Order: sequence, then structure tokens, then C-alpha cells
Amino acid sequence: MKELNYSLYQKVYLIRRAEAVIREHYASDAMKTPMHMSTGGEAIAAGVCHALRAQDQIIGTYRSHGIYLAKTGETDRFFAEMYGRATGMAKGKAGSMHLTAPEAGLICTSAIVGTTIPVALGAVYANRQKKQDRVVAVFFGDGAIDEGVFWESLNIACGMRLPVLFVCEDNGFAVHVPKSQRHGYRSIADIVSRFECNVFSSDSTDAEVIYGLTSDAIGAMRASGKPSFLYLKYYRYLEHVGVNEDFNQGYRDRSEYERWRAKDPVELQRKKLRRWYSEDEIGRAEAVIDRQVEESVKRAELAPFSGPAELYEDVLA
Amino acid sequence: MSRTISYREALNEAMAEEMRRDPSVFVYGIDVADHKRIFNSSKGLVEEFGAERCFSTPLAEDAMTGFGLGAAINGMRPIHVHMRVDFLLLGMNQLVNMIATHRYGSGGTMKIPMVIRAIIGRGWGQSYQHSKALHSWFAHVPGLKVVMPSTPRDAKGMLVAAIRDDNPVVFIEHRWLYDAVGEVPDDAGTIALDGARVLRSGSDITVVGTSWMNVEAVKAAQILEQRGVSLEVIDARSIAPFDSGTVIRSVRKTRRCIIADNDWVNCGFSAEVAATVYEACLRELRAPIKRIGYSPTPCPCTRPLENEFYPNAVNIIRAVEEQLGLSETDLSGEDFYSYENKFKGPF
Repeated sequence: MKELNYSLYQKVYLIRRAEAVIREHYASDAMKTPMHMSTGGEAIAAGVCHALRAQDQIIGTYRSHGIYLAKTGETDRFFAEMYGRATGMAKGKAGSMHLTAPEAGLICTSAIVGTTIPVALGAVYANRQKKQDRVVAVFFGDGAIDEGVFWESLNIACGMRLPVLFVCEDNGFAVHVPKSQRHGYRSIADIVSRFECNVFSSDSTDAEVIYGLTSDAIGAMRASGKPSFLYLKYYRYLEHVGVNEDFNQGYRDRSEYERWRAKDPVELQRKKLRRWYSEDEIGRAEAVIDRQVEESVKRAELAPFSGPAELYEDVLA
Repeated sequence: MSRTISYREALNEAMAEEMRRDPSVFVYGIDVADHKRIFNSSKGLVEEFGAERCFSTPLAEDAMTGFGLGAAINGMRPIHVHMRVDFLLLGMNQLVNMIATHRYGSGGTMKIPMVIRAIIGRGWGQSYQHSKALHSWFAHVPGLKVVMPSTPRDAKGMLVAAIRDDNPVVFIEHRWLYDAVGEVPDDAGTIALDGARVLRSGSDITVVGTSWMNVEAVKAAQILEQRGVSLEVIDARSIAPFDSGTVIRSVRKTRRCIIADNDWVNCGFSAEVAATVYEACLRELRAPIKRIGYSPTPCPCTRPLENEFYPNAVNIIRAVEEQLGLSETDLSGEDFYSYENKFKGPF
């Protein structure tokens, strides 16, 4: 319990801190990449990824800072990529929306909503053929459910008995359009439960709860051989793209944010840690992460850009 | 030693041999394991390799294309088959946004060894959603290789090479070529995915053909030979990367060039070839380059209009005559290809 909550706090804090630093530095325009921030959704990234093992694989969306940091724990290549430097994971050629970390199991993220969902199916199929014991979790937003490829993928995974861990992160908006304007049905979880898969739902901001639910979902997947579908609600604190708040834009109300802010995933986790740790101990743990982030940013700022020849590298193998 | 086999058998042998050699190779797509077996090109595969490595899929081209990407990243070598290239359009998002970019976006850490076989069609009322070619679309996108062999030998060697290649390869097969027969060496090996083939040497005009248009070009060359006109027919074969060197060497020799593309002309591969030749040998050309392709319309169903829509050997012969200032050859006694000689009824 104690160790679990400590580890979960490290993850949510790292995500929050890394994005806070992005927010501090973004105005200088040194990070020329469209940022879709994970702030507010840390419990899902941390909880799901903590339930996965090192060899397990994840696939995400353009809003994937959270899962990258939770799964890899590393910040050097992450910040270098944000700064467009040669030391980034894609030598500056991918940016914030296209994160990869093959050694840590992050297969891909994509800027086109829904496109990465079927990639998970093939990854699971390959793991089965190659007898690799690896769970594959694919993260997507509620907007992806509007795309045909989601339904194609859900149908195929259930029909072909491909145990994919679907993780639907529902923040209520597809870009700025609310679910009420987009959905011709009441409950996605209800519909998905009619498919041959295991469905789990939560609106918790407690990383420990998400961790437990994910572990259950993986257990159900192993026991049944069927996919599991995690339906998780959260609130996106910042604008769809960018590092600022957008409550003055009129499409959502600050009071809703305040309701979610009252159970903020980072503060909630910190509060729980106080059962086992002193304020000083927690502060020291945070300082370690602060320093890691700060040093990564410094290294990124000092790193060179890729030379012109790099433009032509890696188009083909 | 070599054998005479059909294009269809060449495709089948290439897949079966590679599946035997490498357990990572698998083949999937609508109809792959059904009784029709993609015009029999996937005959015997499900029996020999089982349903895990040869399977028909739901009608979900978009997701099944992404499926191939995930499988390829995790070490498999998928062969995804489309009975019509028109169906592959439903997977274009995966192909263009995901598959073509992922190696670049992963900083070169991941590879995507994937073959997408797509059949292009013509004839017997296929009309406008069963007959496109679209190789120029695919070739436009960096990160994809595009090939369209026209002989059994090339079909086998290039499909083996495509399966072993660590990049996504779009492999385009003309339905009419399935019955073409030709010599294939017993030890066929691989044929590189970046080279054109000189199908017929000649000295008066270079004709660059793609896919079925090579059959038409060779027929045109045979007829014109009677008049002492010598065509050099080059099968472009590889659309991306395009072997411009072979074409340019030929045009420097003949100083004339006709491009017979199995596709629409506008913004097509023929424009790319023409621009490449002009850039390299504008001053050596004795006549403007002539481009031949589909009419700028959707493909009609009925035979008389379909005949107008598709280019053929006659169009090539007339273009040659125009370039050389010759009178029209009397073609009344010539026997041109007709699909009615091969079969009746739906493909």
C-alpha cells in the first residue's frame, strides 16, 4: 500500500511537474510543437501504466505526455523532442504529438483521432504469434468513439479474441464539441458491454483506484481471453491545444473545473501519502523530480539541432 | 532450370515459399481464405499454414490496415490483400498518416515490413469503383515503396523481395495479368524493387509502360516491327522509387519518348516520368513527349464506352506514327487482346 501509493505519487507528480515547466517556458517559443496537455488526467496515465509491466506495451494519442512519462519515467529525450533537438526521441522530427519509446513499450501516438486503435490489435496478434507475454493498452479519448475505426477495431478485437486493453479517457469534449452534440446514445460503456469483452468504468481521480481497476481489467482479459474496456472519466484542465486555460471561451464552465479541481489527482495522491510520510519526506521526493525535470530542460536547451542531412534520414529502412 | 507458370501461380508461390521460410509472414484480407482465394492467388495457404497465418477479415479495411502496422512493429511480416485497389482507399488514412510516417516519426527505431497487395481491374463492366489504379497516389507519399510488375517472373521475384523488405510496399497487380504465362527460374530469388526492366530493345522510340500497358506496348512494337519501326519498351515496374536512369539512357539513344500509363494522365505517374526525362534530356529530344492514359472520366460500365476509356496498343501505334511522321498503319487484320477470349462472366 505504502510503496504503491509512493510510486503512484511519483508518476502523477512527474507528469504535473513536467507540464508545469512546459507552461513556464512555452511563451518563449523555444518549444515549437503543438502541446496537448495531460494536466488533469494524471491519475489515468499513472494508474494504468503502473499496472503494466516493463515489457507491456502502450499506444496513445496526441495527448500523451502523461503516458510517456508514466511508462518511461525519463525526461531527457522527452524535453529534447519538445525543444526539437537532435537528442530527442525522433531527433526533433516528431514533436509532442508523436511520442515513441520502443524500449519502454510505447509503440506510437498519433495526431489523427482514433488511428492508433487498430495498431493495438495487430500488436496483440503479433505478441500471440511470437509467444510474447505482453499486454497492449491503447489510450484514446471519447472523441475517438465518433470515428468508424473505433467500432471496426472493437468489433475485430472481440471477434478475433484479441485481448487488447482499451482505455477510453472521456473528458467530455471532442476538441470543443460536447458529447451531447455528438452522441446518438446515452452510454458508451453500456453499448460496449454488449460486445464480447469486459467493461470497467470509473470517474475516480485517485490513481490507486485506476491502478486497481486496470489490474482487474488485465486479470479479466487473461481469464477470458477477451479484450477489456476501461471507461474512465476525467477533466482536461487546459485548452484543447496549448498551455492556457480557456474558460473564457464559453464552451465550458469554470464551475465544472472547480468541481474536478476539488479532487485533483495530484493533490489527492499527495494527501494520501501523508498517512505514511512526513511533509519533509514528500518534499524531498518532489525535489528529486523537480531536479530531474529542470536538468532535462537545461540539457535540451543546450542540445544541438539536427543537421540538414538528418531531414532525409529514416524515411525508409 | 525454369518453368512456364502464370502470374497468379507466381504470386502464390512467392507467398507460400516465404511463409515456409519465415514464420513471421502471414497473409490476410477479405476473401484471402474463402473459396475464391483472391482469384486463386492464395490457393492452398490456409491448408498449409493454418487459420492463424492466413485469414479472411471483417469488412474493415481501415482497421485491418492499422492492424498490419501493429503486427509489423511487433516483428511480423504482414501481407494485406485487397481484391480491388478501390477498397484500399478505406485504409488510406492508415497508409498515408501512419504506415508511411512511422519509421520517420520513431527516429528510425522502428521498421514496418508490410506488403499491401492491391488488384487493379478492367473490363467486363467493372465500371468506376472496381477499376482504378492509383499508383501515383501511393508513390506521391514518402515512406512507401510502390511496384507493379507485369510478368510472372517479376511478380514472383518482386513479391519475394517485397515480403523481405523492411519497408511498407504497395504491390499492384492487374487482374488481366493473372492469366499471363512466362518463364520463371526455379531458383527465382528476389528482384530489386527499384529497377525498371527493358522488355524489348529498340532504336526509334522509347515506350515507358506500367502494368498492363506493357502488354499493349509489346503488341504495338510487334506490329510496327513489320514496318521497320523499332520500339524500345521499358516496364517502369517500380513506381517508387522510380528507376529514371534506365529510362533516360534509353531516351538518349532513341531521342523520342511515349509514356503509356495504366492510369489517368492528369497529375499521374506519366507526368512524373515526362518531367524527369525533360529535365535530363530536353535538348536531345526530337519530338515532345507523348503521354497515353485513361480518359479523364470515371470508368464507364458498357463495353463500347469502356473501349473508349482505356488506352491500348492502337493508341500507342498512332502516337508512334505521329512522332515519326508516318502514315496510319492498316490494323484491320490485327488481332488485339480481348478479355472475351479469356472468360465470360464476373471477375
